[in-house]
Amino acid sequence: MNAKERILGKLRGSLQGTTPIVDDYDIELLNEPWRYPPAERVARLRQMLGAVHGESQLSSTTGWPMQVIEALAQRNIGELLIAPTTPHGQQFADFVARTGAPLRLKAYDRPVEEWKDELFFRTPASLTGTLGGIAATGSLVLWPTPQEPRLMSLVPPLHMALLKASEVLDNLYQFMHAHRWADGMPTNALLVSGPSKTADIQQTLAYGAHGPKELLVLILEDA
Amino acid sequence: MNRPSSQPANATRVAPPLEGPRVYPARPSDVYLFGTCVLDVFFPSAGMDAIRLLEREGIRVHFPQAQSCCGQPAYTSGYTEEARAVARAQLALFAGEWPLVVPSGSCAGMFRHHYRELFRDEPETLALVEALAERTFELAEFLLEVCKVRLEDGGAPVKVALHTSCSARREMGTHLHGRALLAQLSGVERVDHDHESECCGFGGSFSVRMPDISGAMVRDKAAALKGSGAAEVVSADCGCLLNINGCLEKQGDALRGEHLASFLLRRTSAASRGGAK
Amino acid sequence: MSDVAHAPAQPIAFKRNAREALADPQLRRNFRGAMDFLMDKRRSQFPDGDELERLRAFGNRVRARALSKLPELLERLDARLSRNGVKVHWAETVDEANAIVHRIVEQHAAKKIIKGKSMVSEEMEMNHYLGDRGVDCLESDMGEFIVQLRAEKPAHIIMPAIHLNAGQVAQLFHDKLEVDYTEDVDRLIQIGRETLRRNFFEADIGVSGVNFAIAETGTLLLVENEGNGRMSTTVPPVHIAVTGIEKVVENLRDVIPLLSLLTRSATGQAITTYVNMISGPRKADELDGPQEVHLVLLDNGRSQAFADGELRQTLNCIRCGACMNHCPVYTRIGGHAYGTVYPGPIGKIVTPHMLGLDATRDLPTASSMCGACGEVCPVKIPIPSLLRRLREEAVRAPAAAPQHVRGQGAKYSRKETMVWKAWRTLNTSPALYRAALYAGTRLRALMPAHIGPWTDHRSAPKPAARTLHELAREHLGDQ
Ligand code: SF4
Repeated sequence: MNAKERILGKLRGSLQGTTPIVDDYDIELLNEPWRYPPAERVARLRQMLGAVHGESQLSSTTGWPMQVIEALAQRNIGELLIAPTTPHGQQFADFVARTGAPLRLKAYDRPVEEWKDELFFRTPASLTGTLGGIAATGSLVLWPTPQEPRLMSLVPPLHMALLKASEVLDNLYQFMHAHRWADGMPTNALLVSGPSKTADIQQTLAYGAHGPKELLVLILEDA
Repeated sequence: MNRPSSQPANATRVAPPLEGPRVYPARPSDVYLFGTCVLDVFFPSAGMDAIRLLEREGIRVHFPQAQSCCGQPAYTSGYTEEARAVARAQLALFAGEWPLVVPSGSCAGMFRHHYRELFRDEPETLALVEALAERTFELAEFLLEVCKVRLEDGGAPVKVALHTSCSARREMGTHLHGRALLAQLSGVERVDHDHESECCGFGGSFSVRMPDISGAMVRDKAAALKGSGAAEVVSADCGCLLNINGCLEKQGDALRGEHLASFLLRRTSAASRGGAK
Repeated sequence: MSDVAHAPAQPIAFKRNAREALADPQLRRNFRGAMDFLMDKRRSQFPDGDELERLRAFGNRVRARALSKLPELLERLDARLSRNGVKVHWAETVDEANAIVHRIVEQHAAKKIIKGKSMVSEEMEMNHYLGDRGVDCLESDMGEFIVQLRAEKPAHIIMPAIHLNAGQVAQLFHDKLEVDYTEDVDRLIQIGRETLRRNFFEADIGVSGVNFAIAETGTLLLVENEGNGRMSTTVPPVHIAVTGIEKVVENLRDVIPLLSLLTRSATGQAITTYVNMISGPRKADELDGPQEVHLVLLDNGRSQAFADGELRQTLNCIRCGACMNHCPVYTRIGGHAYGTVYPGPIGKIVTPHMLGLDATRDLPTASSMCGACGEVCPVKIPIPSLLRRLREEAVRAPAAAPQHVRGQGAKYSRKETMVWKAWRTLNTSPALYRAALYAGTRLRALMPAHIGPWTDHRSAPKPAARTLHELAREHLGDQ
C-alpha cells in the first residue's frame, strides 16, 4: 500500500457509518450585503481600491491611450510593456505610432526565460487588460493568456490595467457565476486589489513589497 | 453539545444553530438557588444578599442543603467521570419546575451548556438536563429579565468598574445584564477599564498550574482596574473576585472587588446593610 | 528580549519558555501593541454582528461538509489536478514529504529554492532538511525573510516577525545585509525587495503553501499581499506546493465565504492584494509560469484528529491567526514560547496530533479557558472544548482503551487521580461536603499565608466564618 492508500484508508475508516453533510449553500448571505445599484458599482470599486492605494481614473474607449501616455510622462517613464496582439495592445501601439509619442514599446512576445533580466530590472511599467472588476472588494479580475502572460501584472513596478465599466460586477459570487468559473479554470486566475504591500515590520504598511509599487486602473465608462 | 443525537459519535460535527434572543418566563413564586462552592466558602454573604434580593421581589428561595459543586473544576481539568458524578448529584436536587438561579455566571453556564455535553450519551438524563438548562439563570440576568427589577439607588455618587468573568460573558451575556443593572442606579457611574473584556487570569486550576502566566494576567487586570478611576469594583463571579482581590491585597492596595449581589443590595437598602454578615 | 537568537524553544519546556518571555518587557510591549492593532483591524471589518455570525456559521458548515466527505474530495482533487497536469504526491509523515520534495529537487539538479509563505513547510522543517543536503532555501515573505535572517521560527502564523519592532529589524538588516542603519519602514522594505528580487529569477524551484485546494476544478488558491507568493509560484521553472490533507474544499464557490472570513479575520482586510488561483503548469503556448507544478499532501497527525468526531473539528481551521490575536496568554508570552510551529490556541489543539501529547503535555493546560479564541474563530472551532478534551486525554490512564491521541496519559498521575476521586466523594455526599466546609471555615485561622504558586501573585484566600449552607439554613430553614 502506498501513502495515498494508507491515508485514504484511515480517513474512510473514521467516517464509517456517517453520512456526508448536505450542501446548503447560502447565496443570499454572500450576495445581498454586497450589492450596489449599477450606477454606484464603479464608485464603490474606486473607493475600495483607493483605500489600499490603488489609483483609478475614469476614461473611455478612445481616451485611455492618451491617459496612459500622460501617466507615464508624469512619472518620467519612457518605456512600456504591452501585449501587442490583444485588441487594446494593438490600439495603443497604433495610437503611439500615429501620435509619435516618445515612448518605447516592449512586447511580451517570447518565453520569460529569454528575457528575464530585462523583465525584472529594465521594465518599469506594463499595461494589461482585465476580465472585469468586483465592486464589493475593489478587485480586478485577471485571466492571463498566452498573449498577455502572468508576469506582466506582477514584475514591473507600475502596472496599468484597463477595466470596462460594464464588466464590473457586485461581488465575487456574481462574478464566478456569470463567468461560469466552475466549468473550468485557466492555468492561472487572479484577483488583484491594489499595489503590492506588506505590514510585516511593526504593523507599518509599506507599498511595493515584491510586486508593483503602483497600480493604475483606467476605467472605460463607455465599454 | 453540537451533535444531533441521532448521529453516530464519529459523525462530522457542525456548530449548533445560532441562538435567537432568550425568551424569559414570567416572574415565578419560587426559585432554587445554587450557591456554588467558591461562594459557599469564601463569599457566603454574597449568597445571602442574592437570597435577600430575590425575596425582596416576593420570591420564595429554596436552597437544597444537599447541593455542593456544579462539577466544573473536574470538568475543565479533564476528569470527566468525576465531573459527571458530581453533576448528576446536583441534577437530582433541582428536579422541580422552579427556575434555578445561580449567582455566578460560569457555574450557570455549566448547568446551561456543558451538562449537555456531559450527558450527551444518556438520552434520559439529557432530557432532564435540557429542561434544567431552559430554566437556569445567572442572578443578574434573572433580576433584570425575569424579575424586571427597578432599583432605587440610595447611595452616594460613586464610580464603579464592572468585571465580568469570561464564561459568564460568553455563555450567559452577564456583562450586559450587569451593566443594565448598574445603569439603574442613579448614583453609580460605570467606568470602563483597559481591556475590559480580557480574562483576569483565574481559570480555576490554570491559576496554580500556570502561575506565571496567570499572575501576569491578574496583575494587568488589577492595574487596569486601579487605573480606571473607579472607587469600587463589582463582579458577578466569585472565582474572579478571589483572584483579583488576592492580587490587590498582595499589592497592598485598598481597592477590593465586591459581588454584584452585595453591591446592589447595599446600594438599594440601607436597612439590610451588614444584615447578612 | 535578547537579540541573539538561541536554539529554538521546545514545547516540552513551555513553562520555562513562558517564564522567560514574561520577564521580557520589550517582547510584552511588542505583542500587546501588535495584538491590539490586529484586534482593532478585525473589528472594523465586521461592523454588522449578524452578518459575522451568519458567515461564521456558513464557514463552519462549508468546512464541516468538506471534512464529512474528505476522502472522496481528496481523490477528486487528485484526479482533477492530475488531469490539469499537476503532479500530486501523498505523504504520511514529514520525513516522507521532505523526501518527495528532495526527489524533485534532485531530478532538476536544483541548487536554489525560493519560498513563499508556507506553514506546512515549517512543519516539515524543509529549509533544514534541504539545507543539510546542500540546497539553499530562501524565504521571500518579508516577515519570513526577517525571521530566517535571525535564525528564528515565525512568532505568528500570519505575521512571522510580529515579535520585532522596526529598530530590531533595522539592526538586523544593518548587521546581516550590510546596509546603512535605518528605521524607515519603507526603506527597509525596499532593501528586502532588492535583496530578494534577483533570487526569484535565479531560483530553480519555487515552494509555496496553499490556502484552499478546490476539488471541483483542481485549483490551488493562495492569498497574499506582497506578491512574493505569485513570484514563487510563477517565475521558477518548477513550483512545489505543500499542504495539509484537510485544506480541500468541495466546490469553487465554497471558497467565497472562507476567503471573506479568512482575510477579514486575519488582518482586517476586505480582501488581500492578491488571490492567486493556480490550476496547472504552463501550457505549450504560454510564455511564463512553471513548467511543472507539484502538490504534496501531508497528513502528519491530521488523520488522528480526523478519527474522532469531536477532535475532527480541529481540521476546520483556515489558519487565520485570529485565535492567537485575541488570546490573553499568547499576547503575554508571544509565539516562540510555545516551541511549536503553530502557536497560540490553534497550536494547542493541533500540535498534540503532530507531536503527541507527551511532547506537548503543558499546552492544553496553558489556557484559562476564557473562550476568546472560540468566540472569534471564523469557522467556529470550539477551541476551549477541544482543549478540555485534550486535558481529558492527557490525564486518562496511559493504557486505557480506546486510544484517541498519541501520548495519551502524558499527565496521568496516580496521586492526582486519587485527589479527584476524593473530590468526587466529597461532592456527592452532602453530609461529608457540609462537614468538610464546616471544618474549613472553623479552621480558617490555620489557613497558611502561602499556598503554592497561588500566593506568588496574590494573598491567600480566607474562608468566611460560616458557610452559605449554614447561613441559608438559618434563614430559610432546613430544605
Ligand atoms: S483555529 Fe480558528 S481562529 Fe485559530 S487560526 Fe484556525 S481558523 Fe483562525
